[in-house]
Amino acid sequence: MSERLPILRIGENLLVSIQIDLDDQTVLNLQDDLAEQVVKHSARGVIIDITAAEIVDSFVGRMLATIASISRLLDAETVVVGMRPAVAITLVELGLSLGGVRTALNLERGLAILAEHAAARAAQA
Amino acid sequence: MTVPGRDTTADTVRTQPIVTSDDVVRARQLARTLAVECGLSLVEQTKLVTAASELARNTLVYGGGGRMDGEVVSRTAGRGVRLNFTDHGPGIPDTDLALRDGWSSGTGMGLGLSGARRLVDDFVLRTEVGEGTAVTVVKWTH
Ligand SMILES: Nc1ncnc2c1ncn2[C@@H]1O[C@H](COP(=O)(O)OP(=O)(O)OP(=O)(O)O)[C@@H](O)[C@H]1O
Ligand SMILES: [Mg+2]
Repeated sequence: MSERLPILRIGENLLVSIQIDLDDQTVLNLQDDLAEQVVKHSARGVIIDITAAEIVDSFVGRMLATIASISRLLDAETVVVGMRPAVAITLVELGLSLGGVRTALNLERGLAILAEHAAARAAQA
Repeated sequence: MTVPGRDTTADTVRTQPIVTSDDVVRARQLARTLAVECGLSLVEQTKLVTAASELARNTLVYGGGGRMDGEVVSRTAGRGVRLNFTDHGPGIPDTDLALRDGWSSGTGMGLGLSGARRLVDDFVLRTEVGEGTAVTVVKWTH
């Protein structure tokens, strides 16, 4: 059954954590829901936590890249955090380098990247 | 549970029908179970399960559904997991093209088949237009 993952709001950022093995429809739902929530909350950052994800295949990989592109168009930055080493090794061999996707080792560093972005933005304004 | 004293034994075959996208999730889970039973390393498990995910999705999306049969196999040099994906869909007219990185007849990234081939040790694709497609992969312990 397809489901909708909970999206948490922390200040100006949205956080979604991939905890279960997702079917493809749930992955697509997440893409749509995140775009909607970015606009609804004028979010500045999106963090996708894949610490619990045992694999990232081409479908999920494409979703991560698409979310990054969509949120960029909506003036928000995406950071994927918590990728397991075995997942990273497998993704490269699969042929997915996820070049356009910002990554961080963990949630803390991901939040730090978003905070830097926010600071740079404030300095520009 | 290898039969002692026998070489190239096959364990019992376990079958997962692939009819819905939930079945793709179940196929991944069965692949994982077999990989753990077989004693594949974490990286090897991850590669096998990722390949299984790609192939199961192709079976569903392009083959119109089918099945995955999986088993633990052994040879003198060690054990492995063999997964067999079959469907009775339209088949693949040009396998060289289908196996090329980045080629998709649909909206995919065209990485499923070529990527799955890189992620496993043995990869055999048999297909006939109008008859269907069968992909067999094996990941061996190293
Ligand atoms: N079981 C199948 N039956 C019929 N055609 C298939 C089957 N599997 C793959 N193909 C064909 O081979 C092409 C390449 O498959 P591949 O998995 O590499 O890419 P994709 O599924 O299009 O994209 P991706 O997997 O990267 O999302 C498909 O677009 C499809 O035309
Ligand atoms: Mg595919």
